[in-house]
Amino acid sequence: MKPDFKLLAPDLVNRILDEAFHLLRETGVKVQLPAARQLLAEAGADVNETTEVVKLSEALIRRAVSSVPREFFLYNRQGQPSVRYGGDTVQFDPGSSGVHYLDPDTLEHIPSETPHLVRVLQVAESLPAYDAVSTSVVCNEVPKSMGDWYRLYLVLLYTTKPIVTGAFSAQTTGVMIDMLALYAGGRASLAQKPLAVFDVCPTPPLIWSKFGCQNLIDLARAGVPAEMISMPLAGAGAPVTILGSVVQHAAESLAGAVIHQLAQPGAPLVWGGAPAIFDMRQGTTPMGAVETAMIDACYAQVGKTLGFPTHTYLGATDGKIADYQAGLESGVSAMIGALAGINMISGAGMLDFLACISPEKLVLDAEAIGMAKRMARGVQALSDTLAIEMFAGIEFKADFLKKKETRALFSKEQYLPSRVIDRASIRAWQDAGALDAWQRAKAETQNILAAYRRPVQPEPEKELFEMVSRLAREAGMEKLPPLEL
Amino acid sequence: MSQDLFDAMRQSIIDGDPEQAAALVQQAIAQGLDPLVALNQGFVPGVNYVGEQFAQGEMFLPELVVAGEAMKAAVAVLEPEFAKRGTERQILGKVVIGTIEGDIHEIGKTLVATMLSASGFQVYDLGVDVPVMTFVEKAREVNADIIAISALLTTTMVRQKDVIEALQDSNVSAKVMVGGAPVTQGWAQEIGAHGYSEDAVGAVAVAKRLMGLA
Repeated sequence: MKPDFKLLAPDLVNRILDEAFHLLRETGVKVQLPAARQLLAEAGADVNETTEVVKLSEALIRRAVSSVPREFFLYNRQGQPSVRYGGDTVQFDPGSSGVHYLDPDTLEHIPSETPHLVRVLQVAESLPAYDAVSTSVVCNEVPKSMGDWYRLYLVLLYTTKPIVTGAFSAQTTGVMIDMLALYAGGRASLAQKPLAVFDVCPTPPLIWSKFGCQNLIDLARAGVPAEMISMPLAGAGAPVTILGSVVQHAAESLAGAVIHQLAQPGAPLVWGGAPAIFDMRQGTTPMGAVETAMIDACYAQVGKTLGFPTHTYLGATDGKIADYQAGLESGVSAMIGALAGINMISGAGMLDFLACISPEKLVLDAEAIGMAKRMARGVQALSDTLAIEMFAGIEFKADFLKKKETRALFSKEQYLPSRVIDRASIRAWQDAGALDAWQRAKAETQNILAAYRRPVQPEPEKELFEMVSRLAREAGMEKLPPLEL
Repeated sequence: MSQDLFDAMRQSIIDGDPEQAAALVQQAIAQGLDPLVALNQGFVPGVNYVGEQFAQGEMFLPELVVAGEAMKAAVAVLEPEFAKRGTERQILGKVVIGTIEGDIHEIGKTLVATMLSASGFQVYDLGVDVPVMTFVEKAREVNADIIAISALLTTTMVRQKDVIEALQDSNVSAKVMVGGAPVTQGWAQEIGAHGYSEDAVGAVAVAKRLMGLA
C-alpha cells in the first residue's frame, strides 16, 4: 500500500468546508470582472454590482463543482499522456517565475535572462525526476509586456515535457494558447490533448480580480487546464492558524471553480495553491517552513475530498545558496508534498522565497524528489515469498548479493541516486576531489548540459518563429535575444 | 558463426547467467573452438563491459556479482580443457583471501574477492573465521602472489599482524594486503602490510600495484 498521510480527521475536513461555505454565503467573494458576475447571477448567486461582492449558496457551489473532472492528462510534445492530474499520483516540476538566477561561481543573485532560463529548461528536460517543465524565470532583458509568451516560446523550443505555465495578463493567455496550438495541431486538438496547465491566482483574501476571472473563463472555454493558485498568507493575508488559512484557501478555490465551471462545465481544473505562513520576525513568506507544507497537505486533502486534482508549491528553500538549510527545507517539504499525494508539486530549483532559480539546485533537488517519490510509492511485496525463497542455498552465508532475486529486484526496491549523492567510501570521495554536494551538483550540471540535445520540430518551429517575430515587433523589440539552436 | 557464439558468451556474462555461460563453453568445445579463444574473445569482453559500466555508475553490485558468478561457471568448464591442451588462461596474479580467525564478517571480503576475480585475478576465497596458518598454507599450496586479509573488529584485526609474522617464519613471499572497517593506512604500515584499501574498487588498484601492473 501507499503511505496514507493525512493531517486532518474527517470531521475537520467537514468543518473546513462548512466554514468555507459559510464565508461564501455570508461574507461573499469579491468578483471584479462584470462578465464573471453575470455568469454567477445567471446561476442564481446574490450579486451586488456596486460592491462587486457575490454571495454563493452551498447548493449552487456544489452543483457547479460537480462537473469538475476528477482526472485529466497533460501530453508531451510527442503526443503521449505523460502527466496525470488525479488520484494520488505524485509529480514534480521546477518552480515558476523567479526573477533572479544564482550565479554558480560568484553565488550572486543576478537578474535572470534568456541563457539562464534556457539552462534551467535543459536541465529540467534532461532529469527524469521532473515530470513537467515550467516557465521558471522572467527574462529581464525583454520588455515586460512580452515576458509571458517569451518564456513559453523558450520552453517550446528546448523541451518536450508537459508545461506548467501562466500569464500575468488576460490578453497574453490567448497568445500563449495559440502558441501551444501550433504544437498540438490547432486549438481543438489542444483541448483534446492539452500540452500545458495555466496557473490562475485569486487575490487574498477572497478576491477574484478582473484578470483572474478572465483567465478562468478563457481557459475553461479553450479547454486548456487551469490550476488555481490560492495563496493565503497565514497571519497577514489570511487567518494565522493553519486551519483558518485552509478555510480561506477552500473558499477562494471554490469560488474560482464555480466561475470556471459556469463558463464551461467539465473543463479541466486543478485545486492548487502557494500558501505560506508569515514570518513574524522578518515579515517574509517562508516556503520552506514546515507549517507552510502542513497548510498544503491540509488543503490538498480538502481538494481530494471534493474530487479535484491537486497541486502545490513545495520543494523550494528560503535560503540564498544551496546549503544545509536549502537541502533541509527543499527535501523535507518535497517529502511532505509527496506523502500528501499531491499531483503536481512546483518549486524545485528555487531559493529566496521563489525569487531565485539555480539549475545546480534543480540537480540537487532531483535527488530529494527521487527519495520523496520512492517514499510515496510505499512498500509492496516484490516477490512471491517475502524472504523464504531468497534463503535457498544461503546456508548462513551473507551471499544475497549473488542471488538472482537481488539482481532482478534491487533497482525496483531502491531509488538509485545520481553522483550528486555521496555514498562512496572516504577514499573514493577523497580521490574524486573531496567535493561537497554543491560542487558535485555543479559538475553534474555541466555533464547534463553537455549531453543535452535540443528536440527539433521543424514544422511548428517555423510557424513559432514567425509568430514571435511579429509579437516581438508589436512589443517594441525588433530583434529577439540570440539563441544557440 | 564464431562471432555469434562470442556475442552469446559476452551476453551470458552481462546477463549474469551461469547456466548459459557453461552451456556455451560446452558448445564451443563441441565445435572444436580453442578454449583460450573462447575465453578471451567471448567471456572476457563481457567481464570488461560490466566492469566499465560499473565504474561509470551505470551498473551496480548485484549485476557485477552475478557477472562474476557467470564468469566463474564458464572458467570451471574451461579449466579442464586448458589442462588437456597444456595451456593456461592469463591471470594478473593469484590471491588468497579470507576474513581472519574469530571474525565472521563476510560481505566486504566477498566484494573484494569478486572485484579481484572480475578484474582477472585468480582468487582463492577461504571464507570467514580463517586461522592464521590456513592463510599461510594455502598461499604456499597455490604459490600465491597476494594474501588479502579482512577484519571487521578491532579485537580481530590484531591477528592480521600474526599472519604477516607467520609468513615470514614460513618463508612464504606473498605480499599482504589488509582491509576492513577499523583498518587504516597507519595500521597497515605499523604491521608491515604491503597494501591497504578502504573499499573494493581501491583493493583492485592496490592488488595491481603489488603485482607491478599499475
